[in-house]
Amino acid sequence: MIRVENLAKSFGAKRAVDGVSFEVGKGEVLGFLGPNGAGKSTTMRMITGFILPTAGRVSVCGFDVQDNPLEAKRKIGYLPEAAPSYHEMSVRSFLRFAADMRGLRGEARRRSIARVVEACSLGSVLNQSIDTLSKGFKHRTCLAQSLVHDPEVLILDEPTDGLDPNQKHEVRSLIKRMGENKAIIFSTHILEEVEAACTRAIIIDRGRIVANGTPDELKARSENAGAVDLTLSGATADAVKEKLTGMPIVHGFDILAADRSRVVLRAFPDKVAAQARTGMLAGAIAELAARQNWRIEQLHTEEGKLDEVFRSLTLSDTLPREQPRRAA
Amino acid sequence: MGAWPVMKTIARRELYAYFQSPVAYVFLVVFLLLAGFFTFSLGGFFELGEASLNAFFNWMPWLFLFLVPAVGMRLWSEERRQGTMELLLTMPVTAWQAIVAKFLASWMFLAIALALTFPIIITVNWLGDPDNGVIVAGYVGSLLLAGTFLSVACMTSALTRNQVIAFILAVVLCLLLILVGFNPVTSLLARFAEPRVVDTVAGFSVLTHFEGFQKGTLDTRDIIYFLSVIVFALFTTGVIIRGHRAG
Repeated sequence: MIRVENLAKSFGAKRAVDGVSFEVGKGEVLGFLGPNGAGKSTTMRMITGFILPTAGRVSVCGFDVQDNPLEAKRKIGYLPEAAPSYHEMSVRSFLRFAADMRGLRGEARRRSIARVVEACSLGSVLNQSIDTLSKGFKHRTCLAQSLVHDPEVLILDEPTDGLDPNQKHEVRSLIKRMGENKAIIFSTHILEEVEAACTRAIIIDRGRIVANGTPDELKARSENAGAVDLTLSGATADAVKEKLTGMPIVHGFDILAADRSRVVLRAFPDKVAAQARTGMLAGAIAELAARQNWRIEQLHTEEGKLDEVFRSLTLSDTLPREQPRRAA
Repeated sequence: MGAWPVMKTIARRELYAYFQSPVAYVFLVVFLLLAGFFTFSLGGFFELGEASLNAFFNWMPWLFLFLVPAVGMRLWSEERRQGTMELLLTMPVTAWQAIVAKFLASWMFLAIALALTFPIIITVNWLGDPDNGVIVAGYVGSLLLAGTFLSVACMTSALTRNQVIAFILAVVLCLLLILVGFNPVTSLLARFAEPRVVDTVAGFSVLTHFEGFQKGTLDTRDIIYFLSVIVFALFTTGVIIRGHRAG
């Protein structure tokens, strides 16, 4: 329902977004990840038609955002980055304004407002003026505004920013629930949010997409993904070393701790085992332990961590520049 | 859905925003007090000894010079400062519709302020027998003058997030629109320029075109002048806002 093709945006000499392409279909929740200034907000602003792209196209539900902006905008609900709202208005009149702008009248308007007030838990502050509200309420008021016309496409720029952990959880489950019959893009800094709510994630760095896949696929790109952590008793470090070195499936290993009868180690899979991702290495090591009469106290295959992938992908260019300085 | 319901929604919210803040009431009181002060003290309403509102309308350009930019300065600067411009322009409305709707709402606010000067009409009708046609023409002219200054303020408010800067820029531009036709300035200019040039320059002034309305004549050329300044300023507002969106 959202199709972005070679989208680019320059501010002066700075290339904020540089050839971004992706698609989001109905029932998909796309997590948008990236460091600050990577181009997430700029991309979202171009999708919603607020910022005009330097190059490339965006279409929403088949309507080109530049050629047919009104039709495209009708399909979109948008929560901008700082969750702006008209502060002098009460929550009720602000939501009424949003509903009027979306062409809702009478009973339909009343029901829509009741629905979003319920979904965003705004019932207790309906008649309060927005500038007297806490940040969390302000944020949810703007979120409610984006949902009032039950849009097919939702663009949420940091929807959980400024919320407390309970509210974060609520918004996350709201997004997940709505994602079943909408196309949703949301940006976040919180990586666990991606695992909790997204069907797919895109990592963007310096205006380019550096990774695009399901959260599991991304995690598998982590350095430690597929590594096996185990604790053996009844074994000595030397014996373990000797046996593991002889196994072709083991790419390498670290002995993390060892005493007379107990060894803690981490073994890394070779390429074939890493790609298979089916616990091949863990199985092989378990068999070895059984043959050698080592007792397994603990065995765990590392899934990989999203934040490791995130750091390795988005810092890749800055690291080499920093290393020589540290050495010197 | 057509453009009109959406524009009405925006205009209603804008007008509502004025009356939500005490500034609107302060403005109305200040406007009415100053209008009275100018008319009766500086204008010598009673001393003139004629049943007309000349003393009232004479001061209108100078009164509007400061008060209209004060009404218009927040139009777009506040939207940008609060970030609501992003909200507004991603709703199903074009930038032009939003600009015109917000302008009309502010203009309507100024019309309300102008309408509240009605006691002076009653006064002059009670004291004497004025030509009420001239008075109506004067009000039409005042409304057009207010709209013209407002469109300039609308344009400057799109330039900056800072209302004070928007206000000052608007006052300077409006002052320019007054001065090019202000007698002391035109006579100074006449000393070293041809009369034809002086007339052309004065033709750009709101004073020159406001004069007719004061005398009670509704000249199409004057109306076209005011409307074209309004259209030009709103068009420029649109260009400025498009510039923000293009980055």
